[in-house]
Amino acid sequence: MSTSQGLRAWLLSEEPTSRQQARYASWYKGWLTLRSNTLAMLGLFVLAFLILGAIFAPLLATHDPFAQDLGQRLLAPGENGHFFGTDSLGRDIYSRLLYGARISLYIVLLVVMVAPVVGLIVGTVSGYAGGWIDVLLMRITDIFLAFPRLILALAFVAALGAGIENAVLAISLTAWPPYARIARAETLTIRNSDYIHAIKLQGAGPFRIVTRHIWPLCISSLVIRVTLDMAGIILTAAGLGFLGLGAQPPSPEWGAMISEGRKYILDYWWVATIPGIAIFAISLAFNLIGDGLRDVLDPKEDNA
Amino acid sequence: MTDTTHGEGRHTPSFPPWLKTTLTTLATVAATILGLLFVTFMIGRVMPIDPVLAVIGERATQEQYDQTFRDLGLDQPLLVQFWIYVTDVLQGDFGKSIRTGQEVTTDIARVFPATLELATLGTLFGVVLGVPLGVIAAVRRGSWIDQLARFVGLIGYSMPIFWLGLVGLLVFYGILGWVAGPGRLGIFYQGIVEPITGMILVDSALRGEWAVFRNAFSHIILPASLLGYYSLAYISRMTRSFMLEQLGSEYVTTARVKGLSEWQVVWGHAFRNIRIQLVTVIALAYANLLEGSVLTEIIFAWPGLGQYITTSLLANDMNSVLGGTIVIGTIFVGINIFSDLLYRFFDPRAK
Repeated sequence: MSTSQGLRAWLLSEEPTSRQQARYASWYKGWLTLRSNTLAMLGLFVLAFLILGAIFAPLLATHDPFAQDLGQRLLAPGENGHFFGTDSLGRDIYSRLLYGARISLYIVLLVVMVAPVVGLIVGTVSGYAGGWIDVLLMRITDIFLAFPRLILALAFVAALGAGIENAVLAISLTAWPPYARIARAETLTIRNSDYIHAIKLQGAGPFRIVTRHIWPLCISSLVIRVTLDMAGIILTAAGLGFLGLGAQPPSPEWGAMISEGRKYILDYWWVATIPGIAIFAISLAFNLIGDGLRDVLDPKEDNA
Repeated sequence: MTDTTHGEGRHTPSFPPWLKTTLTTLATVAATILGLLFVTFMIGRVMPIDPVLAVIGERATQEQYDQTFRDLGLDQPLLVQFWIYVTDVLQGDFGKSIRTGQEVTTDIARVFPATLELATLGTLFGVVLGVPLGVIAAVRRGSWIDQLARFVGLIGYSMPIFWLGLVGLLVFYGILGWVAGPGRLGIFYQGIVEPITGMILVDSALRGEWAVFRNAFSHIILPASLLGYYSLAYISRMTRSFMLEQLGSEYVTTARVKGLSEWQVVWGHAFRNIRIQLVTVIALAYANLLEGSVLTEIIFAWPGLGQYITTSLLANDMNSVLGGTIVIGTIFVGINIFSDLLYRFFDPRAK
């Protein structure tokens, strides 16, 4: 008890004695603001729940998500020990949802590893270099920004072949331009500040300045944007899955599950409805967290 | 844009600003569309489908194969091929659809009105409901209506549209029976109205076939309100934030101090100043709906462009897919540029 109070006092101290302390303190204060936002905490809770479900899927699942049992097909929720019923091939929907959470999170992780990074590199190089490099890179960004996203993703998947990795690639290819815009705007405001001049005088090269001194300052705006975009990424991935261009059967991807259940929607509503609720829950969670993070990291923009 | 007319002893013509803006915009449009064509061209080249076999079939002789290979320009360097592609597309030639056996342009002309009808009605719903909702939410900030606007937006940003479509069908068609099922028109009403615009609601109204109109309306109402909900979420959110910005500024305070009625202040002053921003937002929402209708069209078996692209995609009919992509992409670019221009011409601050 006393150590936790001591820790709290240390974190909230008005006069931090080291850089580490100041950094942890600002994180802690951010966390306190986020914690007071009920909706964001709800989102965080839902997300944590889904992540745990995905991690412990083998333990939590009551059935094999791929095991077909035609004698048990299209059972209503709760029947014969199937929480959410079974689909047209007698597979347990609850277990498939758990394994499907893994796929959704996997897609999100992959996109997050590609799109913002590409955007960050393009944006900071463009902003820092200026001149014709800036014009060229921004023109390319504008071209990609003007494309219809879903349609372009469709065309990419068509060219590369259906599958999760290709869906991720297609989504990333269409998702990076906004990040490049943000990173460039941040870079332009930072570029001429005194501390950058100071490092330059100390002999730092452009590479070091961009990676060590500009990137860290772009991160917070990018994080907000990524969190808010996450719902869109999940919805696009599910849409591709629904069209049969994302994860392939028998994979328990949620969009593909809705597509399978679509034929039975009028008589067996749960087959298509329950995976939809899961998609809704995860994208709502990301939106709530994103709104909350924006309040913490970027308090000046109040247009929620 | 660089001015290349500078030179010794030459008079430098001074472009009027509007001409310069127009030229810059045209250059941007050209660059963007060229970029779009380049991407679709590359996609067509990367495809694991042999374009020659797609034309002549698998049983052709080697000579026929070589002949077609040359006819399609595939023996030329990539840049030349791209040039051929661009000139073809600019002349409205997207090639033939393997699936339907018709020119892709003909196909698109046939399916596009259905998408246009759906997206227009959807945007109409979004505007009619979204703008007032956003304005009221901003004026009564923190009230229940503001919470409602926020809630509507949050749901709209989080709900998979194809799922909402399915649930809508289940509830309003399957259980309540209030609306007609998938498709554009009931089977007894098909072929009665001679197409004029291709949009059934417009055509049947023009020809006075009100029974057809009613039937078409009961088919379109559900998908259109679904799409409308998504643009409502976007439009109300943007309207609210534009209005908040205006209501916080000093001229509004002045207007209030002068004793103007609340109605005058809100609609006469603040709203007047967000009109241009609003038009650009609505234009973008419209462009998004044209694209977003892909999934909705699948759910509602709506014979529009989105369904055309997806069906062609699953049939490996690349000419149709790329043709559709180019059409939607061009409209998208067009609307983007339009809203950009609107901004520049009518917003004095942008000058």
